[in-house]
Amino acid sequence: MRLTLRIWRQKDANSPGQFVTYVKDHVVPDMSFLELLDALNRELVERGEEPVAFESDCREGICGSCSLVINGIPHGPGRGKASCQLYMRHFRDGDTITVEPFRAKPFPVLRDLIVDRSAFDRIMQAGGFISVNAGSAPEANSIPVPKQNQELAMDAAACIGCGACVAACKNASAMLFVAAKVSHLGLLPQGQPERYRRVRNMVAQMDKEGFGGCSNTFECEAVCPKQISVRFIARLNRDYLRAVLLEP
Amino acid sequence: MILDGRVPPGPLEQKWDRHRNELALVNPANKRKFHVIVVGTGLAGASAAATLAELGYQVSAFCFHDSPRRAHSIAAQGGINAAKNYQNDGDSVWRLFYDTIKGGDFRSREANVYRLAQVSVNIFDHCVAQGVPFAREYGGLLANRSFGGAQVSRTFYARGQTGQQLLLGAYSALCRQISLGQVKMYPRTEMLDLVVVDGHAKGIITRNLLTGEIQRHAADAVVLATGGYGNVFYLSTNAVNSNVTATYRAYKRGAFFANPCFTQIHPTCIPVSGDHQSKLTLMSESLRNDGRVWVPKKKGDTRPPEQIPEDERDYFLERMYPSYGNLAPRDIASRAAKRVCDEGRGVGPGGLGVYLDFSEAIRRLGIEVVRERYGNLFDMYREITNEDPYKVPMRIYPAVHYTMGGLWVDYNLMSNLPGLFVIGEANFSDHGANRLGASALMQGLADGYFILPYTIGDYFARSKRTRPDPDRPEFREAEEQTRKGIERLLAINGRHPVDVFHRELGKLLWDHCGMSRSEASLRHALEEIPKIRERFWKEARVTGGPEGINQALERAGRVADFLEFAELLCLDALERRESCGGHFREEFQTEDGEAKRDDENFCHVAAWEYRGPKERPTRHIEPLQFEFVKLATRSYK
Repeated sequence: MRLTLRIWRQKDANSPGQFVTYVKDHVVPDMSFLELLDALNRELVERGEEPVAFESDCREGICGSCSLVINGIPHGPGRGKASCQLYMRHFRDGDTITVEPFRAKPFPVLRDLIVDRSAFDRIMQAGGFISVNAGSAPEANSIPVPKQNQELAMDAAACIGCGACVAACKNASAMLFVAAKVSHLGLLPQGQPERYRRVRNMVAQMDKEGFGGCSNTFECEAVCPKQISVRFIARLNRDYLRAVLLEP
Repeated sequence: MILDGRVPPGPLEQKWDRHRNELALVNPANKRKFHVIVVGTGLAGASAAATLAELGYQVSAFCFHDSPRRAHSIAAQGGINAAKNYQNDGDSVWRLFYDTIKGGDFRSREANVYRLAQVSVNIFDHCVAQGVPFAREYGGLLANRSFGGAQVSRTFYARGQTGQQLLLGAYSALCRQISLGQVKMYPRTEMLDLVVVDGHAKGIITRNLLTGEIQRHAADAVVLATGGYGNVFYLSTNAVNSNVTATYRAYKRGAFFANPCFTQIHPTCIPVSGDHQSKLTLMSESLRNDGRVWVPKKKGDTRPPEQIPEDERDYFLERMYPSYGNLAPRDIASRAAKRVCDEGRGVGPGGLGVYLDFSEAIRRLGIEVVRERYGNLFDMYREITNEDPYKVPMRIYPAVHYTMGGLWVDYNLMSNLPGLFVIGEANFSDHGANRLGASALMQGLADGYFILPYTIGDYFARSKRTRPDPDRPEFREAEEQTRKGIERLLAINGRHPVDVFHRELGKLLWDHCGMSRSEASLRHALEEIPKIRERFWKEARVTGGPEGINQALERAGRVADFLEFAELLCLDALERRESCGGHFREEFQTEDGEAKRDDENFCHVAAWEYRGPKERPTRHIEPLQFEFVKLATRSYK
C-alpha cells in the first residue's frame, strides 16, 4: 500500500507546530500503526531528518503510553483498542491519514505527538489508593467480595490511563478516568473507609488541573481502549454528591 | 573468586525467620536520615519505593516512562502464585518451593526460593488489601487457576490483566507516599551511570528525557529494579523500551553479572509475520489450561486445521509429557515446539508455528465460559492475526520472554558492591535456569514489599558510611563520562538508524544463542558481535542534539549497551558446558533430547566481573548447595 501521512510536527512545548506531509510506500496490512511510524522514521533518519517523536512501550494495549489522534479519533478507527493495536489492514491503498497528538489544555504538547499527561498522576496522588502499609493486611479470604462487585470493580480497574477519554471530549473532561478509579476502589469493601474522602480529593485535583465537566456526549466511552462504561460517571457523581452533602 | 551468597544457617523453614531476628535495625527516628534511590517503578521498584517510604526512609524513585504506572510489569497476563492451598488440593509452601526450584532446573539458591514461597502468602494478602480485584467465586472467596510446571491450582488472577492490576496496586501505594512527601518521583528520567564511592554504591547519574539535563544524585543506597534484558534479541515480548543499560552500566562499575545465558523462551507467542515487526505478543500461559497444542503427524501437511482428522494430529505435549501434558514448563514446551517444527511439521507461514486449539474446550465448557476466561486474549489474537480463535486454532511459536540472569546478589539482595541492591527481574536470584509461570510477579513483589525493606536496614545499621557530597570527584567523573558517551553517539557520522544494528544483533542471537546453542554457534556469534558493533560505531546515525526530547539518542545508548552485553551473554552460554532449563546446549542432551545437566561441574552460579573494554571478563562462581532437596533429573513425563 501507498499512504499519504499528514503528521503534526512540533519542536517543543513553546514552539508552534504544523502538519507535515509524508508519502509512505510498502505498507503491509499486517503492520501495526506504530510499526508504520517506525518504518517512516527509519526512512527519515536515512535522509538525515529527525524522526517523528511519539510514545509507545508495551505495544499490546496495556501500558497506555501510545496517544495518537488518527483521522480525528483518539486511537483511530475501531473500538476497544489503543493506537498500538490498530493494524494497517483497516486502511486502503491511497488513503491520506492525519496523525495528531491528544489535544487538551491539561495535556500540553511536548514534542510532535508526545503530550504531558502527568495531571493523571497528580489526580491519583490526591486519593487514588487504599491506605494500607505492607505487613498490615488481613488474610486475603477473610473479607468475601460478591463476584458481581468484583467483576464490576475489574471493569473499572481495566483503565490504562492513556487519556483518550480527555482527548475525545470537547470539554477535555477527565471524568471517565476519575470515575473508573473511584468506582474500582469504591466497589470493594477494602475501599470503604476512604471512599468519600477519596472522591472529594480526586475531583478537587481534577478541577485544579483544568479538566472540564462531563459533556454527556459519551465520546469518552466510544474511544476508550478498554471500553469503560460511562455508567461509572454516574457512580462518581453519586459518590461525590454524597461526599459533599452528607460526609463533609 | 568463590562468591558467598551469605545464606544463613539452620533448617530451611527457619532460615528467613531467624535471619530477620538477626538483621540489625534502624530506629524510626533515624530512618528519615537515610536516603534511598530506587531506579525503575515496575512491580519490584514501585513496591520497594512505597514500602521503604512507609518505613520512614527518604526515597527518590526514577523511571524513564512518563508515569511510573507504565513499567512493563503491567503487561503480565496470567497470574501470581501464592501457597494458600485454598483449593484444598495439597498445596503448601514446601510444594511451591519445590516446584520453583525444580522448574528452575536446580540452578537457584535453595534458601532464596524457600523464602519466596514463604512470603508469597503475605504478598497476596497485601495485594488484596490494596484493592486488587482478583477473580472470585460466587461465594465471594478467591478463585485459582493452574499454571505450567505445577500439579496444584495456586495461581490467582485478575482476568488476563494480573500484572496490570498488581502494578496499579503498587503504583497506588507509591502515589500515596508521593503525596505524603516521602517519595520524590522523577519520571522521564533515565539512569545512565552508577556512582561508586570507596567501594560502595552511593549515587547515580541521570538524563532528564525532556530537557536532556544530566544530573547527579547521591544517596545512602541504590536499588536497581530495572527489569530484564530480553530485548537484546530485538524481537521479544518485552516492551520496546525495556533495556539492559542500568544493570550493564552497574556491571561496568564493578557489580557482577550472574548467569546471563539463562534466558526464557516462552512457548505461546504469536508467530513473527514480517520484517516490519517491532515486538512479539505473548498469549498467556493460562491458555494452556484449556487449549491443546498440536501439529499434523505428517510432514508438510498444508490442509487447513479443520480438515485434519483427529487421528492425524499429534498432540505432542500430551504425548511426550503425559503427566503435565499441555502444562509442561516453558522451556520444555518451547523446545518441543521447536523440535516438531524442525521436523517439518510446523504450521503457518514458513512452518514456524504450532496450533493451540480450543475447539474441545468450547465443546466442553461452551463458548461463553471460554470467552469469560480468555476473551481479551482471543480479541488481541484476532486483531493481530486477523483470524478468529473461536473458529480456527491459534497459531503460536516460542519467543524470548524473560531473563533469569541478572546482577548477582546475596541472600540480602545486595550485590557484591555494598550499598547496591538489585530486585525483581534485574537480579538473578530465584528462578535458576527457567522461571515457572506466575512466579515473576511473585518475585518482584516479594523483593519489594517483604525482603528488601528488612535487609536494607541491616546495611544502614552496620555501615558507618553516610551519603557523600555529589560534588565529590567520583560523581564528577561519572557525569563527565556520561556526557562523553552522549557526544560520542551524536558524533557517529553514518546514515543508518540504530534499529538496523539492533535487529541484526537480535537475529544473530536468536539463531546462535536462542532456543538451542552449541559450541560452534556460540563461537560464531562471538566473532560476529564485535563486527556489528564496529559497524554501529561507524555507520549509525543519531539525529538531533543532546538537549530536549531525543528518542533517537535514547535508543542509540541502549542499543550500544546491548551490542556489548550480547558478548557477555554468549560467553556465559559458551562456558556453561551443560544443558539446564532454558539453556540448551546441543552437545549435552539425553537420548530423547532432554536437557542434560552436569551437576558435578556446573552446579553453580557464574558471576562475571568486568575487567575493561578490551579485556575478557572474569568468571567467578558461587557453588549451589542443596541441603534439603535432592538434585533430581527433571521429569514431566
